[in-house]
Amino acid sequence: MAWVNAIIQGILTGGLYALFACGLSLMFGVMKVVNLAHGDLATVAGYIGIGIIAATHMPFLWSVPIVVLAMAVVGYVLQRTLIQAALRRGELTTLIVTFGLSMVIENGLLQFFSANNRGLGVGDNIVTASFSIGSQIQVAWLDVIIFVLAIVVLLGLQYYMSSTKYGRLIRAVADDREAAQLCGADYRHVFGVAAAIAFGTVALAGMAYGMTTVISPTTGTDTILLFAFAAVVIGGLGSLWGTLIGGIILGVAQQIGAQLNISYELLAGYIVFLAVLVIRPQGLTTRRSQS
Amino acid sequence: MSEAVNDTRPGGAGPLLEVRGLVVHHGQLRALSGISLQVFPGEVYAIIGANGAGKSTLLRTIAGLHSPTAGSIVYDGRDVTGLRPEKRAGAGIAMVPEGRRLFPSLTLEENLKVGATYARKGPWTIERVYDMFPWMKDRRTQRTAQMSGGEQQSVAIGRALVANPRVLLLDELSLGLAPVIVQRIYGMLPQILESGVTVLLVEQDVSQALRVATRLQCLLEGRTTLEGKPSDVTTDQVEAAYFGLAGPAAEGTLHAGPAEGSEA
Amino acid sequence: MSVVTDATARSEDKLRVTRSRRNVAWTGAGAIVLIVVLGAFPYYVRSGTLAIMVQGLIVLTLASMWNLLAGYAGLVSVGQQAFFGLGAYFLLIPAMHGVSPFAALPIAAVGAGVAALPLWWLLSRLRTGYFAIATWVLASAIMLFIERFQSIGGGTGMPLPGLTGYDPAVLTAYTYWAALAVAVLAIAAVYFLLRGRLGLVLTAIRDDEQAARSSGVKVGLARLLVFVVAAVGCGAAGGILAIDQLQVVPGTSGGVFSVLWTAEMAFAVIIGGIGTIEGPIVGTIVYMVLQQTLQSYNAWYLIILGLVAIAVTLFARRGLWGLLDERFSIRLFPVGYYLWAPGETRRRRRSGTGSADTPAKADVSR
Repeated sequence: MAWVNAIIQGILTGGLYALFACGLSLMFGVMKVVNLAHGDLATVAGYIGIGIIAATHMPFLWSVPIVVLAMAVVGYVLQRTLIQAALRRGELTTLIVTFGLSMVIENGLLQFFSANNRGLGVGDNIVTASFSIGSQIQVAWLDVIIFVLAIVVLLGLQYYMSSTKYGRLIRAVADDREAAQLCGADYRHVFGVAAAIAFGTVALAGMAYGMTTVISPTTGTDTILLFAFAAVVIGGLGSLWGTLIGGIILGVAQQIGAQLNISYELLAGYIVFLAVLVIRPQGLTTRRSQS
Repeated sequence: MSEAVNDTRPGGAGPLLEVRGLVVHHGQLRALSGISLQVFPGEVYAIIGANGAGKSTLLRTIAGLHSPTAGSIVYDGRDVTGLRPEKRAGAGIAMVPEGRRLFPSLTLEENLKVGATYARKGPWTIERVYDMFPWMKDRRTQRTAQMSGGEQQSVAIGRALVANPRVLLLDELSLGLAPVIVQRIYGMLPQILESGVTVLLVEQDVSQALRVATRLQCLLEGRTTLEGKPSDVTTDQVEAAYFGLAGPAAEGTLHAGPAEGSEA
Repeated sequence: MSVVTDATARSEDKLRVTRSRRNVAWTGAGAIVLIVVLGAFPYYVRSGTLAIMVQGLIVLTLASMWNLLAGYAGLVSVGQQAFFGLGAYFLLIPAMHGVSPFAALPIAAVGAGVAALPLWWLLSRLRTGYFAIATWVLASAIMLFIERFQSIGGGTGMPLPGLTGYDPAVLTAYTYWAALAVAVLAIAAVYFLLRGRLGLVLTAIRDDEQAARSSGVKVGLARLLVFVVAAVGCGAAGGILAIDQLQVVPGTSGGVFSVLWTAEMAFAVIIGGIGTIEGPIVGTIVYMVLQQTLQSYNAWYLIILGLVAIAVTLFARRGLWGLLDERFSIRLFPVGYYLWAPGETRRRRRSGTGSADTPAKADVSR
């Protein structure tokens, strides 16, 4: 029965991982940017949330849309300025810039918040509340809520990409930037919108994550970036629902590993990731040189 | 009145699109060396020339995808040389790029919708494009990647038309298409012209160009070797200009037209 | 069309091709003098300063390796800390079995190189961006894996045996000489590798991979060689760190597997000038200066380092050395070629190796 618990836990966690991953996947799909600072953005969102709550004492739930919106704006601005400038100069430059950003963010957080772990102080009621299925399965409400949230966001994204003007533009620009320009689309603006979405979703994921566990300045690269990337790898690049599948597989693998031995949790995830890398790394491979 | 060929038409309407002394480089390679042309409203202006002559470069520069090293582009009396490509599309210059360049992950209708996103006001709508190409109605939700070359070309043209341009740039329509299809596509030109669109096209197929153009220019290695109306050029002149053959017919730039002093 | 060149070579005049603009012998002599001077440091420099220099030499070695990877082979690795850490552990393990740590240095280096082989197999097909993240992920995985072994310290680390009998000042001197040797060897290895066939091959690959492949260039092999050499270099540096710190601690903050090592080597290279051999040297100096002046401000030096690296990579792509090179056209370690038209002596722009990204084309698209 512990196994069933583990699997359910893994599936629910997978939703969160998918939420982490979809922004990474989007930024690569649309502008071919591998944002090494992706995980740190989630951490920043968490810290901003902590800061807002500490300063204004507003209920946690209100701070979520504010932080998400703020991060989305930051994403747009960052894309139009820094990342666009890096893109013009090549792939190496973009990697350096995002890596630099990652280091700056992490050390900035370290400087201002110290290396201690922080929690988002949602209130013990929500975090520990759980319900039972049958006599032996315990499921935490929070995990279910986050999973549902992830599904809702993914559905929303899918609708956005398939049926709205900007969704079409994003897909068009991702397909063929020049042709889109000829149709009157300013690709820099479209990139900005895509980045805003990526930053917004990862911020939401970061706040959700902060509710379930504690975060520290290095959480972004220690865990989140790795999880996001692993989910993308496992699920296949370019597919929104693929990241969900990838996230779920990752989550389940981790929980199964934890069942065998608590210290195997992270390692199990890595093993699955490596296995996929070897067996079917679609979308990650081929042409190295891209100008 | 006897005047040089390139001047205002009788009636006083200035050129809709004008290129003056355009010089364009690809890295260190000079692709265009001082090209000039004028396209008047309602015209079909054709640019012919062999591969590598610079035809597509010229069109792409007019569309804004390349920056010229020297020279200027004037559209509707306005200097647009420094204008970003998407702004030119919004101003009324639309291009059907070489090789179609449809959006592969979008459906037929979505391709048209993208074209219509920043459209100007005008007669062309997606519905009207469907009227011109009835077969599209049934295939509107299909991905364009599976379509034939001719069908893709039609979609590409439709995508440019729904933006309601005043100048339509057509880059190598015939590329990779069977002659029959090419004829059919060029057969759409009258409808396009009727709606008030002026056409500037690049074509490798000389006879096709001669058939549809009201005026033409031939490029060779980035320079103009022939200019004029199809009715005023001989096959020999075209050949010489196209291939850059030595001989009296190829000396300098040929301005074919009525002899000076006679009625224009 | 006209390709811009005014050179008309008549049959009597020949175009000369040389490796450098001035006599390389001067640089070689200068280098030897410098090494001798540096080698004499322990005799007249304080221990404290020596310790700082050891740190600098470690970063210099790492930077040279990272530059080789990213600047010449186009492999952006954010996981070199894996080999750095492995090197430290491959030094620790023999030391725990009685081998003198200094004698174990080659083992550490070679061990890291061998470890690079299966990792390359996993990484080689990945596209640039995903290659980067994958190296990071692998480094984390390796760290987790190593932490499981309590016998070598698990998650908390293990002191390095075998060096307790030395007088501290003497030990510092020996450590310094070892670090100097490793750094010199690393730079020399990079220089001679790039000057030879590998340099040509890498330039060809960078310019046009497809063309290089169809010309028979073994692209995969060239990259593998670079990857392994970089691993060996980083491993040796890791061994030096172990000797310097007298312990090996894993872990992501400050430990041998910390990504901060990659940050330091990458930023040193970027600021100094990527794609040149002199760049890492300049960059390391800048880095050490920054670190020493900002010592009291904790994480500040990384923040500033990161910001400067971002600024440099955006606005002065070829780094500090690149700026110097533009002004004065110096190359201490020439690996390119110079083309001299008949009768020409000095003022010619050099051709050959450029920077990592494809050289900026004249503005063709917006």
